[in-house]
Amino acid sequence: MIPEIGNFALIIALFLALCLGSLPIIGAARDNTVLADTARPLAYSQFVFIVIAFLCLVYAFVVDDFSVLYVAQHSNSQLPVVYKVSAVWGGHEGSLLLWALLLGGWILAVAMYSKHLPGEMVARVLGVMGLVSVGFLLFMLLTSNPFNRLLPAAADGRDLNPLLQDPGLVFHPPMLYMGYVGFSVAFAFAIAALLGGRLDATWARWSRPWTTVAWVFMTGGIALGSWWAYYELGWGGWWFWDPVENASFMPWLIGTALIHSLAVTEKRGAFKSWTVLLAIAAFSLSLLGTFLVRSGVLTSVHSFASDPKRGIFILSFLVIVIGVSLLLFAWRAPKIGLGGKFDLLSREALLLSNNVLLSVATASVFIGTLYPLFMDALGYGKLSVGPPYFEAVFVPLIVPMVLMMGLGPLARWKKFTLPELARRVRWAFASALLIALLLPLTMGEWSAMTALGLLMAFWIIATTILSLHERLGGHGNFMQRARGQSLSYYGMQFAHLGVAIFIIGVTMVSSYETERDVRMDVGDVLREGGYEFRFNGVTDIEGPNYVAAEGRVSVSKNGKLVTEMFPEKRQYNVSGMPMTEAAIKASLLGDLYVSLGEPIPDSAGAWAVRVYIKPFIDWIWAGCLLMGLGGVLAVSDRRYRMRRRTLSKIVATEGK
Amino acid sequence: MARFILPFVIFAILAAFLFVGLGLNPHEVPSPLVGKPAPAFTLPQLYEPEKQFSLQDMQGKVWLFNVWASWCTACEYEHPLFMELSRQNIVPIYGMDYKDKREDAEAWLRRHGNPYTLVVSDTEGRVGIDYGVYGVPETYVIDKQGVIQYKHIGGVTEQVLSEKILPLVKELQAK
Amino acid sequence: MKYLLIALLCLLPVFAGAGEATDMAADPVLEKRMIGLAENLRCLVCQNESLASSHSGLAEDLRREVREQMQKGLSDQEIIDYLVSRYGDFVLFDPPVKKTTLVLWYGPFALLLIGASVLIYQLRKRKTLIVEPELSTEETQRAAELLNETAALPNQPKDSQA
Repeated sequence: MIPEIGNFALIIALFLALCLGSLPIIGAARDNTVLADTARPLAYSQFVFIVIAFLCLVYAFVVDDFSVLYVAQHSNSQLPVVYKVSAVWGGHEGSLLLWALLLGGWILAVAMYSKHLPGEMVARVLGVMGLVSVGFLLFMLLTSNPFNRLLPAAADGRDLNPLLQDPGLVFHPPMLYMGYVGFSVAFAFAIAALLGGRLDATWARWSRPWTTVAWVFMTGGIALGSWWAYYELGWGGWWFWDPVENASFMPWLIGTALIHSLAVTEKRGAFKSWTVLLAIAAFSLSLLGTFLVRSGVLTSVHSFASDPKRGIFILSFLVIVIGVSLLLFAWRAPKIGLGGKFDLLSREALLLSNNVLLSVATASVFIGTLYPLFMDALGYGKLSVGPPYFEAVFVPLIVPMVLMMGLGPLARWKKFTLPELARRVRWAFASALLIALLLPLTMGEWSAMTALGLLMAFWIIATTILSLHERLGGHGNFMQRARGQSLSYYGMQFAHLGVAIFIIGVTMVSSYETERDVRMDVGDVLREGGYEFRFNGVTDIEGPNYVAAEGRVSVSKNGKLVTEMFPEKRQYNVSGMPMTEAAIKASLLGDLYVSLGEPIPDSAGAWAVRVYIKPFIDWIWAGCLLMGLGGVLAVSDRRYRMRRRTLSKIVATEGK
Repeated sequence: MARFILPFVIFAILAAFLFVGLGLNPHEVPSPLVGKPAPAFTLPQLYEPEKQFSLQDMQGKVWLFNVWASWCTACEYEHPLFMELSRQNIVPIYGMDYKDKREDAEAWLRRHGNPYTLVVSDTEGRVGIDYGVYGVPETYVIDKQGVIQYKHIGGVTEQVLSEKILPLVKELQAK
Repeated sequence: MKYLLIALLCLLPVFAGAGEATDMAADPVLEKRMIGLAENLRCLVCQNESLASSHSGLAEDLRREVREQMQKGLSDQEIIDYLVSRYGDFVLFDPPVKKTTLVLWYGPFALLLIGASVLIYQLRKRKTLIVEPELSTEETQRAAELLNETAALPNQPKDSQA
């Protein structure tokens, strides 16, 4: 009964989305306020029905309703409740419902927090988002319905893939999808502006907070995915340039370019058409990512089961959405003005060159990911493009980007002079260079790549300190000055510092990580990285839906016990799938990572054990956290919190 | 001003590629060995392990070389076709038992029938690597000069047999 | 007494105690080289995993093959050629630089050059296209007065918006 209600709710939601996608847009085009004002009520009601549908599916999982095919494929009665709930989005159909739910949520948020926007703009923005919603609901109802019945019902489910039975599944997809879907807001704003013919600095100001919030979620989602892979897969890798990972990285890169481009447009009313194009591109890449993961076009460890029918649907949807947007862009963009003036050497120009770099970086990831497809389609045979390519092409682009990151916040708007800027930064550069050259020596091994990575990181740190010093230092009340800086200024510094921390993490781990794959008899000791790892044997334990061999490893330093580690080799009851659970001891300076290999046959309990030392690896995700924090600070800036009364006094700068 | 249409044009080209891509199978890896001499090998026979069999023994004959294993489920699907083919006596079929146990392979053949003129055992999979085997079953068509003329990855189907393999065999036998 | 001593001596091996863990690989240096090469090779049966990290049977066989060839003294390039002649370019994660991969390897760099030139060109063009109206002396004076007023207000950011 409940699944049928869920199915029915989806149909109603589709109907409401169709109304939302058409009536307000027509209303705005014809200056019909009655039609235009249907946007908000339709947004609210559509959300309600998607929530009902989602809750119905959750219910089916929680009560073990194995007459629903999707539940039978992804759940099991022995599965812990928390994973039964997260299994809702563990497979293709359910993850689409999560997409639809989060999209409904964003539509709701825009409907609620847009009181200060002109009615026709709200109508268009919500209308465009409604059309996107139509696409996903239709996709579900036509090809991927999570409520399809399995008759006769299965006695028990096939169990959720053990790799997914982890807190990672609870947080990573929802957060990532919040980012993917969130870029649809910037997209909708861009389309609305193109439709209305009104594209100015105010449009940028309205778009910016929404884009930043989506970007924050995307940053968190990707970081979570990386961390999850690290501790789950058992051999300490954290990024593989896998097509699905790239599919999330590309919108993130363009999203970053978009945030910075919006800054220029908001400030100067300049480069509006480029910003609009970026907004279209960011969401287009989100949709493209969805396509790549679900169509079977590329091989990836993450892909959902593929089906050509589904592939054709998403591709058609993609083509319509992106194609129409780009045609609209080609038609309307020439009429957009140029905006305010600024020099070749100015902060605006630096921001724009950073845009170029980010776009080229995105393009290179794109080319690398899709090249196998291009080659195959042209009949040139099969090709593999893996990490060696991406590292060779992507990493060099980071260097000029980081250079800009340091100079940008210091450079003046409109015009700066090179000698003056160079004079201001000379000490920052010198100190960064010194640290970069000397620090590797403390770790024992020196290499040019390590030094380069550290130079980049400390360049950002040094210029940040310089900027803070210039603004907060000097005579007068420090606290007053500190409070005088806008939150978006602090947000920017935090986010850039996050990048620096991230680069330190990546550089140190790549340069100094060690791995030992050893045979350990009970009582054996491995000396590595200044630690002694003692293997104390393995005991059999039972989990809620698995049995495991639990290893006990004591770790000491200079004879003193530091920690006990318990790596596991699990076998899940239902699927029989084996899985390694690594034991990790995390600290500020690095991780100790121990995982069990295989038991050695014909020995008295000896096992193959893998021990990794990963210096500074947590700085990678700490850096991402800081970046996200920076974004949160930036959105909290006072200028976005102004009341309606004050805002109506602000006159929008008309771009010329 | 024409530059504004550029994004659309680029996208249109991309979309075309993606549509084509839907029809392709990224898992299928064609073999670089087609058109090249089959790698030489000498392996023990399955039923008489003291006896060896070499690639050289097949010089001057057109033959099918089928890589299979008792643990391979897809092999069960293509096997009836080989049984039928052996009854028709068009072309000799030689089998290579890949990474298998002798008892398991013999039992499997007892159960499903034996279409092979001869079966060799590649217990360690080394000859398989030489032949670029990565997913059993795989079938090769080898000509009188010992050159690999065709390789099929995965289970052979009625369609592949009638459209690709048999016509090629007839053509090679006529030379 | 003699027998007690012998009995004690027989127990000695038990007290040989905790040994050092030994590397699984017979030759750790070679192993490291093998893994380094394997990371640039693709596991053909898996979905996009490297030969180094895959657990599949074929991957183990191929790793063994690479190890043995290294022991025989073949160079990295010779081993790569051996595998490519059997499995095609698909087995390489590092795509070769050929005529067909020119766009792949040089595309990004070309795009960078194009992007940078377009940007510089556009920025230069803007300077001539945009005409900003000049303020009259009266307006300049009025602007100065307004600025002085706002400077007197507390908590003004020195340079607005980041």
